[in-house]
Amino acid sequence: MVTTTTPLEEELRRLAGSVPDPELPVLTLEELGVLRSVRLRGEDAVEVELTPTYTACPALEAMSLDIERVLRDHGMREVTVRTVLSPAWSTQDITDEGRRKLREFGIAPPRTRTQSGPVPVPLGPTRTLTGPQDPPRTEPDPVRCPHCGSPDTELLSRFSSTACKALRRCLSCREPFDHFKEV
Amino acid sequence: MTAQPADTRTSLTTVSRETDVPAAAALALGDDALVLSHRLGEWIGHAPVLEEEVALTNIALDLLGQARVLLSMVGDEDELAYLREERAFTNLQLVEQPNGDFAHTIARQLYFSVYQHLLYGQLAAGDGPFAPLAAKAVKETAYHRDHAEQWTLRLGDGTQASHERMQRACEALWRFTGEMFQPVAGLDSVDWTGLEAAWLESLEDVLRRATLTLPEGPRSAPWAAGAGRQGVHTEPFGRMLAEMQHLHRSHPGATW
Repeated sequence: MVTTTTPLEEELRRLAGSVPDPELPVLTLEELGVLRSVRLRGEDAVEVELTPTYTACPALEAMSLDIERVLRDHGMREVTVRTVLSPAWSTQDITDEGRRKLREFGIAPPRTRTQSGPVPVPLGPTRTLTGPQDPPRTEPDPVRCPHCGSPDTELLSRFSSTACKALRRCLSCREPFDHFKEV
Repeated sequence: MTAQPADTRTSLTTVSRETDVPAAAALALGDDALVLSHRLGEWIGHAPVLEEEVALTNIALDLLGQARVLLSMVGDEDELAYLREERAFTNLQLVEQPNGDFAHTIARQLYFSVYQHLLYGQLAAGDGPFAPLAAKAVKETAYHRDHAEQWTLRLGDGTQASHERMQRACEALWRFTGEMFQPVAGLDSVDWTGLEAAWLESLEDVLRRATLTLPEGPRSAPWAAGAGRQGVHTEPFGRMLAEMQHLHRSHPGATW
């Protein structure tokens, strides 16, 4: 589909895209990849489409209000923020600059591979199983510690401070850190 | 379910109310998610370890998000959640069962998350009104399913005490699992027989690896015919609803 954007729409998109994420303020909405479109619906009316990272992302309402404020300050009288689910957001939508900023902020960025969803991790020993097979599984694309860069890290919990992150620990520098999990 | 000034609410359209959405199906799926979300929320402050508290409440939050989208397809989400009577809810009886001990919560999670993951997988593959939500939610439920399976392995293949509790929990909730595969009106593209076969296969595999035994009893009973999907619920559900709805009913229209 070919859509033409006017210079004003480009300007409004740049403004909306520069709004920081309320929970990860180092990232802008553009870098997070959640801003789908900005379209004029009249001289001073604009419609913005946002997609949530997770269905229940509580930051969505704050994002909508922030976008509305920024665009109203730029002369828009009517700002409508719509939430769209399809196509579903993926961590592949985070820009390279976004990944760099996440790492700098102390959060391991999601890996850029095609597979998504939980990564099978062998359990420690249970009653009848001795634990991970020998030799230890070598991951082709390990989650690196955002502090020291070591690939030697372990999963503490699949769920962390927000829905989009998992909690890990570095086995080299011993620091715990958040990992933006792949979806 | 939102906490923001009323005047900003109008500009945030979560999902446009589509007329072609089968309302009964949206309610059935939405009620499953809402009720299980509330049950998991009851673990706040009581989970065995901090990481698990965070995990259970993250799963609850995912489910709440799904419930909000689904209920908003048919009406006002707050009215539907807080002002319906017990008989108007069409969730599965499985999800309303009390948390019990940790093994009961995990068994309930295992039965439901495998079901929900498979069901959303089918809905996401189609082009019906639930496909966009299902495509999103199937990624979330993959984590829920993994969480439940990992705990089932650890508890089943753990100590003698954890093994016994996990087996007991699987047995106790087994009779609520038949209802999951009764076709829901409006979800016509779903292959319910295939869904049930895939669910059973997955359960057999996980329980075997966890050194547990697949329960043998009936998966539903004549007295439970129809059950949750027809608005017939078990005793603990009324008490849960009373707690969930009390604030909204006592202070109508309250904002904060």
